[in-house]
Order: sequence, then structure tokens, then C-alpha cells
Amino acid sequence: MRLSRSRRPLGAVRRHDHEGAGDGHPPRALVLALVLACVSLMLLDRGEESAIDPARRAVGEVVGPAQSGVSAAIRPVVELPDFFRSREEMRAELASLEAENAGLRTEVRTSDYRRNKLAELEGLTSAAEDLGYALLPARVVGLGSSQTFTNTVTIDAGSASGLAPDMTVVNNDGLVGRILRVTRTSATVLLLVDADSTVGGRIGESMELGFLQGRGVIGGTARLDLELLDQRLVPSKGDTVVTWGSLGGEGEPSGPYVAGVPIGEVVSVYSSLRESSQRAVIDPFVDFSELDLVGVVVPSGTRSDRAVVEADGSLR
Amino acid sequence: MSDPSTRGGSAARLVLVAAAVLAALVLQTTVFPHLAWGGVVPDVVLLVVVAAGLARGSQHAMVLGFFAGALLDLAPPADHVAGRWALALMLVGYVAGQVRREATPSVGVCLATVAACSFLGSSVFALSGMILQDSAASIPDQLGVVLVAVVWDVLLAALLAALVLGPARRVRPRTRTDGLARR
Repeated sequence: MRLSRSRRPLGAVRRHDHEGAGDGHPPRALVLALVLACVSLMLLDRGEESAIDPARRAVGEVVGPAQSGVSAAIRPVVELPDFFRSREEMRAELASLEAENAGLRTEVRTSDYRRNKLAELEGLTSAAEDLGYALLPARVVGLGSSQTFTNTVTIDAGSASGLAPDMTVVNNDGLVGRILRVTRTSATVLLLVDADSTVGGRIGESMELGFLQGRGVIGGTARLDLELLDQRLVPSKGDTVVTWGSLGGEGEPSGPYVAGVPIGEVVSVYSSLRESSQRAVIDPFVDFSELDLVGVVVPSGTRSDRAVVEADGSLR
Repeated sequence: MSDPSTRGGSAARLVLVAAAVLAALVLQTTVFPHLAWGGVVPDVVLLVVVAAGLARGSQHAMVLGFFAGALLDLAPPADHVAGRWALALMLVGYVAGQVRREATPSVGVCLATVAACSFLGSSVFALSGMILQDSAASIPDQLGVVLVAVVWDVLLAALLAALVLGPARRVRPRTRTDGLARR
């Protein structure tokens, strides 16, 4: 290749150019028009209610189904390593469950208990029961890359399934994030770990309130920063943090995050003498690099095009 | 590269390019995240724009870069100010096209172009985020992500080059003379 480069006459390089303008400098008017188009896109997209949103929705209607289709097509390949790993995990889990069952059999002799324990393996059913909210199952079909410096994902359910912006997204480990916008068949979810994400949290042990801020990092080192409203209280290592949640009756979610969803546990606490404040670092329960099946908290009895896991664990 | 002299040929090519960009977008958002390293995936859409620049020059690549970037800005799960990738990929198209003017796009030149364009594209995107106060990530974090992205892009480009050029060279060892004869 290198040899051919030195020998080839310069004209040979341009053998594909019949238009002439294809090579060389592009016309100044074109450059100007494109730059102006970029700038106007940026200007139009400022603020909460942007003029670009209809365009986003339109593109989402096309790209969302494509992502869902490709995601479904590659699922068998993607889940291959998972299959072996989860079988081992399940075996270990089953062994421990059996041991637990044996120990508890003297106390609990109802078949309900075992049935409920087994339901844990099915994932979301138990999450819905634990949280006391109806969950709409969905799969993560698209992930925003780190190059965009935002942590967002696409899920394969949208307004046709009864989803709306600001709904809470969980999986069976804990809080995942909230819905930013929906199209008919897909929704964009802002992950908890995004640097723009702020969640009201409550330390389970002391019921102390605070705010959790993402760091924009996913994977094993994903962490959240917790700042407590009351600076005098010091959270201790291993404390669990759950969502503070907005107002709303039992089983009736409202506002961005519903109450009582586990977020993570305190891994370290450090105090800044200058600001006289306590900051805690939280390790989220959810593994954000391996999101697949998630549940969206929906009002009980939502009309949907797919089955909803009700708060009592039944499928409707 | 087909002969672009006919109208039907250019319309077919437009459809082909649009399909390539859409396929690249889906690859980038749905398939590659499963192989991501720290959340960084190869910029497949950027590679398509670089390829267009190397094959057809600045003008085509700039227009393609703008539209491909705008698609990247609007398609889920994007959640940044629209126009940032459009600007970045437009510049990438321009630079890739200029490389073609200066030197013969051999494999080495192509890979160097991919590396430079990947760095340029990601950096312009990151910088525009800073100017618009759209991104809360710190500069060292962003630089790390940009560099990992460069490595990814060059790896994917090298793999593609090996897949495309490897068999071609074995079948037709004298591509160069072919090209000259066709002219």
C-alpha cells in the first residue's frame, strides 16, 4: 500500500470525481449554511420545552422500533455467557433458599411462602410486591454511549403501553432512573448515575433526608454522592438509602420518584471541614452496565398493550 | 465505488448512504453497548462519515456529517442539546475530505484519519457541551473517554479494513492497475 502511494500519479487519486466539486474546498456558502443550521438547532433546543421535541419524537418513532428489533435479534447471542453464569448463580441461590426453607419450615408451614420465595427468581414479580406498586415490564434496547457524557437508555415501551414522562423506572435490584420523554413505542430513561440526575433519598435507619447526585460513571465504579439536609447527622457505613418520594397515596405513584425504592448503601462518609458538611458515597444496588429487564412504576389499573405486574405479584 | 454518472445511480447511493447511517446508529446504540468498555462504544456513525470523506471528498462528507450528526442528536436515548453531534460530525467530514485531497487514502492514511477524526469529533462534542453548559462531566473524565473512543474507533476501522481489503487483495492482487485501467 505504501509503495503504491508513492508511485501512483496524483490524478489517479481523483478518478471518482466527475463533479469536480467533490474534492477541494467545499463552497463557502455550503459551509456557512451548515454551521448556521447547527447553531440554530442548538438555539432551538434550549430550555425545558424545546422546539426540537417534535423532531425528537418523530425520529424516536423510527429508531425506537429498529432498536427493539435488533435488540431482540441479538438477545440469544448476548445472553449466552449470562446463561451459564446465571445457572450457576441460580444453583447457589437455590441451595441457600433450600437451606433457608428447611430452617423456616418449622415456623412457616404454608405453601405461600415457598411460592413467594420462588417468585424471587422471576425478578420483577417480587419487586412489584416489595414496593407495593404496579410495574410495567420493559427491556432496555438502546444505551447512550459515554462519549455523549450523559447516561440515558431507551426502553421498548412507550405511550401505547401507558408510559408518561417522570415515571419511576426500577429493576429487581432497586432504582434505575426516571423517564424523560416517550414516543409511541419507546421511552428515554435518565439513569440515576447521570451527572444531571438528582434524587431525594432517605437513609433507612435514621429516616434522615438528603439528595443524591450522580457522577456520570457507569459500571463497577458507579457511585452516587449523598448530601444530607441535616448536617449534624452522620450516616454510618452500610446504611441503606431509599427514595424519599413525592406525595401520593399508597399504590398511587405521582411525581418523578415514588417513595421507598431501594437506591444503594453507604460505602464511605467524609466530612469537609471548610463547608462543615457531611457527604456520603453511595454504591447503587443496580448494575447500570448490565441493564436488561426493568419495570416502570405505573398507576394500578393502567390501560396498556402488554401485561402489567400488579402490586400483589399477579400478572394482568 | 460505482460509477456516479447516472441519475438512478446517485439516488440509489443516497438510499444506500441513509441506510448505512441508520444501521450505524442502531449498531452504536443497541449492539455495541454489550461490548462497551466503561460505557465507551465505537463511534460507528463517525466512521461512516470518515469513510464518506475519504471516498468522496469534503463537500459530500460535510453534508452527510451534518445529517448523520443531527440524527444522532435526535434519536433516543440522546438527551443533550441538539446540533452538537451535527457540528462535530460536519467538521469530521470536512477534515476527512481534506485528507483525501492531500494524500492517497492507503490503509495507513485511513487509520490515521480515523484516529484524528475520532479525537476531533469527540473533542468538539465535549467542548460544545462545555460552552453550552450542557454537560456536568469534568475535563479529565471527558479526556479519558475521548481517548478510549479513539482506540475503539481505530480498532473497529482496522477490523473493517481487514475484512474488506483482505479478501479483495487475495482475489485481485493488482487492484492498483485495475483502478488505472478503469480510468
